[in-house]
Amino acid sequence: MFGKLTLEAVPFHEPIIMVTLAVVALLGFGVFAALTYYRKWGYLWSEWLTSVDHKKIGVMYILVALVMLLRGFADAIMMRAQLAVAQGGAEGFLPPEHYDQIFTAHGVIMIIFMAMPFMVGLMNIAVPLQIGARDVAFPFLNSLSFWLFVAGAILVNISLGVGEFARTGWVAYPPLAELGYSPGVGVDYYIWALQLSGLGTLLTGVNFLVTVFKMRTPGMTLMKMPIFTWACTFTNILIVASFPILTATLGLLTLDRYLDMHFFTNELGGNAMMYINLFWAWGHPEVYILILPAFGIFSEVISTFSGKKLFGYTSMVWASGAITLLGFVVWLHHFFTMGSGANVNAFFGVATMIISVPTGVKLFSWLFTMFRGRIRFTTPVLWTLGFMVTFTIGGMTGVLLAVPGADYVLHNSLFLIAHFHNTIIGGAVFGYLAGFTFWFPKAFGFKLDERLGKGAFWCWISGFFVAFMPLYVLGFMGMTRRLNHYDNAMWQPYLIVAFCGAGLILCGILFQIAQLIVSFKNREQLRDLTGDPWGGRTLEWSTSSPPPFYNFAELPTVHKLDAFQDMKEKGTAYQRPASYSPIHMPKNTAAGVVIGLLGAVFGFAMVWHIWWLAGLSFIGMVATFIARSYNQDVDYYVQPDEIERIESQHHARFEAHGQTLNTTSFAEQV
Amino acid sequence: MSTDVMSSHHAAGHDHEHDHDSGGNTVFGFWLYLMTDCVLFASVFATYAVLVNHTAGGPSGKDIFELPYVLGETFLLLISSCTYGFSMLAAHRGAKSQALAWLGATFLLGAGFIGMEINEFHHLIVEGFGPDRSAFLSSFFTLVGMHGLHVTAGLVWMLVLMAQIKTRGLTSQNNTRLMCLSLFWHFLDIVWICVFTIVYLMGVAA
Amino acid sequence: MKIEQFSGYLKHLVWLPLLMLGGCNMALLDPKGQVGMDEKSLIITATLLMLIVVVPVIVMTLAFAWKYRASNTKATYRPNWSHSNRIELVVWLVPCVIVAILGTITWTSTHELDPYRPLDSDVKPIEIQVVSLDWKWLFIYPEQGIATVNEIAFPKDTPVNFKITSQSAMNSFFIPQLGSQIYSMAGMQTKLHLIANHEGSFEGISANLSGEGFSDMKFQAISTSQDGFKDWVAKVKANPETLDLNSYPALVEPSKADPVRYFGAVSPTLYQHILMQYAHGGHHAMNSAEHADADMVGMHMNARTEESN
Repeated sequence: MFGKLTLEAVPFHEPIIMVTLAVVALLGFGVFAALTYYRKWGYLWSEWLTSVDHKKIGVMYILVALVMLLRGFADAIMMRAQLAVAQGGAEGFLPPEHYDQIFTAHGVIMIIFMAMPFMVGLMNIAVPLQIGARDVAFPFLNSLSFWLFVAGAILVNISLGVGEFARTGWVAYPPLAELGYSPGVGVDYYIWALQLSGLGTLLTGVNFLVTVFKMRTPGMTLMKMPIFTWACTFTNILIVASFPILTATLGLLTLDRYLDMHFFTNELGGNAMMYINLFWAWGHPEVYILILPAFGIFSEVISTFSGKKLFGYTSMVWASGAITLLGFVVWLHHFFTMGSGANVNAFFGVATMIISVPTGVKLFSWLFTMFRGRIRFTTPVLWTLGFMVTFTIGGMTGVLLAVPGADYVLHNSLFLIAHFHNTIIGGAVFGYLAGFTFWFPKAFGFKLDERLGKGAFWCWISGFFVAFMPLYVLGFMGMTRRLNHYDNAMWQPYLIVAFCGAGLILCGILFQIAQLIVSFKNREQLRDLTGDPWGGRTLEWSTSSPPPFYNFAELPTVHKLDAFQDMKEKGTAYQRPASYSPIHMPKNTAAGVVIGLLGAVFGFAMVWHIWWLAGLSFIGMVATFIARSYNQDVDYYVQPDEIERIESQHHARFEAHGQTLNTTSFAEQV
Repeated sequence: MSTDVMSSHHAAGHDHEHDHDSGGNTVFGFWLYLMTDCVLFASVFATYAVLVNHTAGGPSGKDIFELPYVLGETFLLLISSCTYGFSMLAAHRGAKSQALAWLGATFLLGAGFIGMEINEFHHLIVEGFGPDRSAFLSSFFTLVGMHGLHVTAGLVWMLVLMAQIKTRGLTSQNNTRLMCLSLFWHFLDIVWICVFTIVYLMGVAA
Repeated sequence: MKIEQFSGYLKHLVWLPLLMLGGCNMALLDPKGQVGMDEKSLIITATLLMLIVVVPVIVMTLAFAWKYRASNTKATYRPNWSHSNRIELVVWLVPCVIVAILGTITWTSTHELDPYRPLDSDVKPIEIQVVSLDWKWLFIYPEQGIATVNEIAFPKDTPVNFKITSQSAMNSFFIPQLGSQIYSMAGMQTKLHLIANHEGSFEGISANLSGEGFSDMKFQAISTSQDGFKDWVAKVKANPETLDLNSYPALVEPSKADPVRYFGAVSPTLYQHILMQYAHGGHHAMNSAEHADADMVGMHMNARTEESN
């Protein structure tokens, strides 16, 4: 009846897990009770869960990303604590079978369930606004993407309390990930969580490509698109071209594990090297999927707060394009030590180095954007400057790892761990946090507290250096990754320092939580009434904060790059038309959330071999989709009088506040 | 305060109003989806190419492929692409019942293809040459089976679409869907030609 | 604004190259064999070369941020200046030149340091067959007819030819102080050529996660004199235990943190047996491990990972 699932699947004997579960249950109950007490279930359902509004979906993506950041960070702290103590016979507090799950979960969560949704969330909030669109091309699909991603996140979190997670590392290399060496359900949780969220990501990629190519506002040619939109477009191209490879790879592993096939097994002709090649054919583009939008955010931030046009816009676009293309021909540098020929290794090494050229060009472009600017040191700028310094170091160590001769000794060492955290934290995460602060007022209508934001930044950056510089040293000391305990006493001081660094990052996170609470309390003082809190240059700042659900009462016409700056200079910003025309908008739908949650049920049933439930939930997903295709009541027109009312309200509010909407140089306000 | 009225601007803006579910977007989006499907098939094709000789003492393609039978399957699918084309032509003319009839023919041909494929698989498994026998057979069953699953999904879609056309007629929404399914169907045809050439023809020739 | 705090970064900048040159406790910076020495100098050269761009970028970041701060109204402000052919040329050219130099170094060093390339030496190499088991290392000396677990010895200044495979999961065979590592994979054979130019006992590890007992999957690699090696072989030979097809399955049983074990005699076909147990092909000749390259159609990148056919 319940497949492999029995009560024994719950790890009652693991105090760490049980306490965590108790806390989660308590929090969950608290939220449930609050929603019931304040009678907010209906609001939650009709305004958020069933929403197809790209801004709300973006907010929900980021909310889940932040929750998963906490989960992934808890894993990180446990790993650092374990290694700080597990020296010379001491086994630490985490036995290998538990520890191995933790580092696997940390990797999967941080990449797939923290960084990806954070990036997709920012893209959802900003891209349609930047191109002057009313929504994405397929709003229902957007909701479906989000809920499929949530289904994956649910599975990862269920694995904490029911069964186990994979113990294979986040790459799940066979034959270790095959049934023979991983007989538990951990790898199955991994597979289905990634499949569901991967499908969501793929649909997002398609959706946003159509949005960007087909739904730009009049006058916005491709080379007049904001640079963040360009970055996201390249990211979506990478998604569309690489995520199917992940789907295929995981699918083949699934067949090995479920139907006794032999793609990657040791026995009967399987070839594990094929998995490793396929995995990185997705995995390497994935790195650029994460970093390119962050680059885009830095470009927007540095240009806005320098009060200056972005230096070398065309170069920037071409550099992103070059990175996109080259991102596909470097995957082998993840396994120079697999015994490929010198020619092959050298080719992939040099190809990898070539990527540093367009990346270097980007760095110089940001530098020369600051040059002769008027830089206001707001929190997003601090993140950007922190990134430029940190990422340069990470880039250097990355190029070093791309030299096969160096990689032969540095491969899989803590040097590698330090390197990719250097680029993912110092690059992607700093970028997302900059974007978070930058677009927060746009999404919520009030700015975040600057003092606490700066506190968070200084904790994060110092914590980053304290946590990861020792790992570079440990790499040179010959310490390999994924060790559970070690004998070398000389490693321990460095690992203790690294643990302290993680503690500093924790302070940064606490600052951010405090920042959210304080900013919410002081939201009236921090209110952005103009819609343009920073002296923005692109179209998202031309509408109110938060924007009306239809984004623009009237689609703006673009004449130049930095369209809103252009309007402000010409004095055409904030002009109201004599009358409004009806606006065509999609209706909310429950189909996305229903299919997504059924997807979670399906994944869970597959993990535990509960075939009847898997069948039912799958049929349920298909049936919901078909039912949705029958629904013709999917859109409506917003009538001019309602638009008039909303727009007048917005204009009245900032007029009452005595705001001047003429273009003022924001440089003087600091 | 500059909230001036700009009536000329307004007129220009309205002309370029974008619809959310205009057919063009849907077809373009669907075409992009097909490209991702193409990458999916390419990954499995690559795996097949790597594993084709990994027979682990089991049969190779030469030993198990029955070319005339597969040629029959191939013709069913190729003809079904033609009948789909006729259905599209009928739909363009607005001839609803003809379009439906041709769709029905396409459905039968596609179902025949799937039936033959299931029969082929069944035959092999009974003989002990199932997908668990060797890496080669794993990749053979997966590649061919994945195409088969796509065709099956196409058949389900076709049924739903036929019901929708029957009740609602050739609305613009149904025409867009007909167009998307057409792309899908022809795409699967092309994939099958690759399967037929690389798996069956080259397998027998090797 | 606390710009001065940025100067904190500078410390790290100074620290990083220093770390490269120092390194008394650092295995990779204190190599005991030619391969490791070459790799160390490659790392240092590449790092110094990259610092040519990295240092200016970091200095410029901090300097520009400081000079063009909003409160410094004396600095030039040109909001619409966004293009300069000269600067663009430089920013594309400088990284290109550095990558061209680094690429050349990479190309030659990759060929010189290729783990498959036999080392240039007049001394006759010694061959050691390596099998990674759950979770211990088995070493077979085909010429000496002995086998060990978790310990190897070889004379210094003598090239050591490792032939490596796995019984189960994938591991990476790595002796940090001697240089390069390479994966061990079931049903396939990889090769590694190392040499020790100093005497000593060096730690060997698995550098790729292979399951629960992975952390303790360590061995000692002893580099000794010719006489010392003879003594060591004699010591192993004196052990009555024999490793053959009958006793091998017991050794395969998973175990953690195994002590060193010596087998005075070993079946000469054992290694071949381990390699062949995961046969790939059917119609190919069973004994042609070298022939396997042809099997790797479409996977040119792994072409030299030999498979057992």
